[in-house]
Amino acid sequence: MPKTNTYTFSFIALIILLIICFFMNISLGSVSIPNWAIFKSFFGTLEHESWSYIIQDYRLPKALAAILVGSGLGISGLLMQTLFRNPLAGPFVLGISSGASLGVALVILGAGIFGGVFASLLISKWSIVIAASLGSFLVLLAVLVVSSRVKDTMAILIIGLMFGSITAAVVSVLSYFSSAEQLQQYIFWGFGSLGNLSWSELLIFFIIYSFGICLSIISIKGLNTLLLGENYAKSLGLNIKQSRFIIIIATSLLAGTITAFAGPIAFIGLAIPHITRQVFNTSNHKILLPAVFLFGAIIMLICDIIAQVPASDYTLPINAITSLIGAPVVIWLLVRKRKMIF
Amino acid sequence: MSENKEHIILETENLNIGYKTKKKESVIASKINIQLQKGELIGLVGANGIGKSTLLRTLTNVQDALSGHVYINEKLLSIYSSEELAKSMSLVLTDPIASKNLSVFELVALGRHPYTNWVGNLTTEDINIVNQALVHTNIETLKHKKCFELSDGQLQKVLIARALAQDTDLIILDEPTTHLDMYHKAYILKLLQKLVKETGKTILFSSHEIDLAIQLCDKMIVMTPEKVVTDQPCNLISEGTFNTLFPKDLIVFDETTGSFRVKK
Repeated sequence: MPKTNTYTFSFIALIILLIICFFMNISLGSVSIPNWAIFKSFFGTLEHESWSYIIQDYRLPKALAAILVGSGLGISGLLMQTLFRNPLAGPFVLGISSGASLGVALVILGAGIFGGVFASLLISKWSIVIAASLGSFLVLLAVLVVSSRVKDTMAILIIGLMFGSITAAVVSVLSYFSSAEQLQQYIFWGFGSLGNLSWSELLIFFIIYSFGICLSIISIKGLNTLLLGENYAKSLGLNIKQSRFIIIIATSLLAGTITAFAGPIAFIGLAIPHITRQVFNTSNHKILLPAVFLFGAIIMLICDIIAQVPASDYTLPINAITSLIGAPVVIWLLVRKRKMIF
Repeated sequence: MSENKEHIILETENLNIGYKTKKKESVIASKINIQLQKGELIGLVGANGIGKSTLLRTLTNVQDALSGHVYINEKLLSIYSSEELAKSMSLVLTDPIASKNLSVFELVALGRHPYTNWVGNLTTEDINIVNQALVHTNIETLKHKKCFELSDGQLQKVLIARALAQDTDLIILDEPTTHLDMYHKAYILKLLQKLVKETGKTILFSSHEIDLAIQLCDKMIVMTPEKVVTDQPCNLISEGTFNTLFPKDLIVFDETTGSFRVKK
């Protein structure tokens, strides 16, 4: 097809940009490490042991996590926007992040109710990851059970939002009864974080993420057909219920693990597909899906660079940075083009 | 009629249509017996609320019949799988297209969905069929335009091209002439007539343009409160069927011109 070739240049440019951002992300941080040392550290340990440690066990996993988080959220946002035919949809419309928040809130804030030794046992890193996954899984399961009874896809959107409200309310009740330290801990989780992922955690993250990506790739044809609307898609022989199910599962695997490992990262999932559509003026998911992957990874890496505040000791919450950087970009794009492409 | 048996594309047998809830059945039209031959242009007319849409929804398997049977290519509609049906029947609906950011070529190419591989790649044969559909509907020049740039008339042609690209024996259109001006109403129906002649497909459309349908259709299905009649337009006129179409207080059918007039 001649149409695809016109995007080859953009893809090559994006891949180069991704590689540049990846190295910039690794080379910048509170400790300044020269570039040659970074290259060398990929192939073995340096004489400077602390440098090797910083790069191999902190910066490299963090940069990889940024790629997984950015691309995963972007793709799940794209899936939801097409499924719900709504430009406002994002990866969390089905209540995935609110479910995760509820799980984490129950562990951190609920720990006070159990009290004592049990509490300190509960609040380990893994228990938060497990609580977040369990929470988002249960909320998603509830949404799926209810939505299997409704025919209208739009009703699923409303049901997801309602579940979000319920969980938010439960979190409010829990916070009301919690101590200041517990609240602070909960709020810190809400800031999101790409760091503190060990290699083994990253591996589990990557395996589940890959499942989600595979399901998204399987859905490409169905997603394109859904661009005509559900009735046309049905008349073209698409099994709507099955495709809907696969799309929802793909989204929840991606958004669910990301929230579990990196916290509820706002905005990326909603904005990346829009930014991508401004550059790649197409609706074809065969082109959009890889493009969203690249854009998501690049923008997340940039946000992380900024959050590190290079050459300073501060690290800003990544969740705030994504919105601070992303929102003006989307506004600027829309004002410049004066048209929302969807 | 029996000698044409092998050319029957769509047939209904004592079809009763309507809506069923747990408590009761509301029948909208009953005892519908229709036979559509290969290479015919058929217009479906009737007053608002008489059940045209319900009939089309039943024929296209969107909704179940209350009783009776629908046969497509002499095979019972209810045993078609959705993929098989997509290769036998294509639709042009009144639904708005969800994403107007599709280009004309992309939209028409989506008609190839039942034939493409798992990721939807187009083979050269698919591309040829899509290009042919664009030629048949006179929209080659619009090929690279986006759908939001098109007028209603152009968009309707694109949707018809998409149905053509689906390469089915039967095309069903739900009110293809709404929102169009007089010229484009005639244009679209004339285009359908041309397609029937050139491609040998069977095309069924519902419409409120009774006078145009009388002039262009090979056969018409007229839905009146009493019954559903299928015949050639000239026979329907001489039998006075069109006079039973609407309440008689406002408009009358003029047999000499084949159109309705407002009562003085």
